[in-house]
Amino acid sequence: MRWVRRHLLDAYALVAVVYLFVPISVVIAFSFNNPIGRFNYTWQGFTFENWLHPFGYPGLGGAVKVSIEIALLSSLLATILGTLIALALVRYRFRGSATTNLLIFIPMTTPEIVMGASLLTLFLNWKVPQGFTTILIAHIMFNISYVVVTVRARLVGFDRHLEEAAMDLGANELVTFFRVTLPLIAPGILAAGLLAFALSIDDFVITYFNAGSTITFPLFVWGAARVALPPQINVIGTGIFVIAVGGMLVNVLFQNRRARRLSTG
Amino acid sequence: MGKLLHRRAWVTPYALLTPGMAWLFVFFLFPMYYLGKMALSQGLFPLFSFGWAWGNFSYAVSTYSTQFVRSLEYAGIATAVALAISYPLAYWIAFRGGRWKNLFLLLVIAPFFVTYLIRTLAWETILSDNGVVVSVLKDVHILGSDGRLLATSAAVIAGITYNFLPFMVLPLYVSLEQIDHRLIEAASDLYASRPSSFLRVTLPLSLPGVFAGVLLTFIPAAGDFINAQLLGTPQQYMIGNVIESEFLSLRDYPTAAALSFVLMGSILVLVLVFARALGTDRLTAGTAA
Repeated sequence: MRWVRRHLLDAYALVAVVYLFVPISVVIAFSFNNPIGRFNYTWQGFTFENWLHPFGYPGLGGAVKVSIEIALLSSLLATILGTLIALALVRYRFRGSATTNLLIFIPMTTPEIVMGASLLTLFLNWKVPQGFTTILIAHIMFNISYVVVTVRARLVGFDRHLEEAAMDLGANELVTFFRVTLPLIAPGILAAGLLAFALSIDDFVITYFNAGSTITFPLFVWGAARVALPPQINVIGTGIFVIAVGGMLVNVLFQNRRARRLSTG
Repeated sequence: MGKLLHRRAWVTPYALLTPGMAWLFVFFLFPMYYLGKMALSQGLFPLFSFGWAWGNFSYAVSTYSTQFVRSLEYAGIATAVALAISYPLAYWIAFRGGRWKNLFLLLVIAPFFVTYLIRTLAWETILSDNGVVVSVLKDVHILGSDGRLLATSAAVIAGITYNFLPFMVLPLYVSLEQIDHRLIEAASDLYASRPSSFLRVTLPLSLPGVFAGVLLTFIPAAGDFINAQLLGTPQQYMIGNVIESEFLSLRDYPTAAALSFVLMGSILVLVLVFARALGTDRLTAGTAA
């Protein structure tokens, strides 16, 4: 009976993972499709053509470039701003920390459409023309909270004796921070940066409200979905998937090795 | 040295906080203020004038009550289904994952690195009228000969369930993973059967994760418009679709802003009721921490 239950759960996990990957396999499979007409909905035949010319559809290359630029810039800036907040929240007791926690928490529980719409009214009121900059501002905004939460999780388990040891050995605060603290929390910061990058490159709703005439990759897909769906969209989607998962995989394996080294050493 | 640290300590946290919090202040709180002002304004795009126009709210609610109720209903069902799917999965990773927990977790989150819209378009392909799923369901007579999956409420709810699954799995996993296994062992030492040690030890200890997961799934689900747009028809449109078109097509900003606030307000009320039902204020503290 115990054996059955044990394996029932294993079987369930397998089925669940298969379910999670069904649409992904469709996306990947259809990136090799050779569709007749403008829509990539039915299987017509196998081709490498889309992979050889991933940007062979007008406007797609530019949209991907904008998405990558915004994802890089917004994840970099949000990671810096968010890490500083996380350091303050974990390291110090200060007046207003509860309010700070609340202000970090609220954006994560606000529907995206409301954040997008409210930024739209802000930019309208301030007469700021929408475009690359407004998208970047929005992405940094929604990424900060996720960075704080991710880095904070790493900082909470941090052994402060290591810093005290460095100070006892004559290192000043700055040296201690850069030689001891930063290397130790680096995996958390890296994970936060990757998460921010992934959230930014995937964002549609907030971007849609604040893009003006600038087109990111998700906006391109949205626009395309109405008139035509070129298989190149699947190629780019698969590419982003492979790169993001690859990055996460390296991070996980690195942390696993590190954890084992620390536990045996 | 210690003294020096102490003297400076009270400024340091504020110095660290200021840049990031200023960003949130200007680009999160300020916009909310302007959205609030807009909800009480009148006029036509782009000239709106503020004037305590509370009528916007009653107009918005009475005109779009169907979509409101539908949004809460779809989001509620999708959240319940997501919880049912995710709990055993998160449990399996936390208790059976062993050394490879993180790798399994990555495997579960991986699909969500495919762009949201592309994922949803893939469901459109899967559920389409000439797709495999529909033809199999027709063969076994679950679906009538003119039955379809696409453009139904079920399709929209299924899409929402799938798309927000990581928001359910991750908090569940975190709370399950933190459970001290010795507590479960203690329960079985005290002759608790496995079901009763699950119900009386594991489940209560994982409730903060359930609460966080439900919150993080329900909120984006209630505000979603992409699934209804791509997998449904105007018969399935949710409040998100209304807000989107009021803002970006009709440019009736005051009504759209009022709708946004009603959406946030109703989410807040439901969350508070839900927190009450689960019984502890401790739970909210758990999500914020």
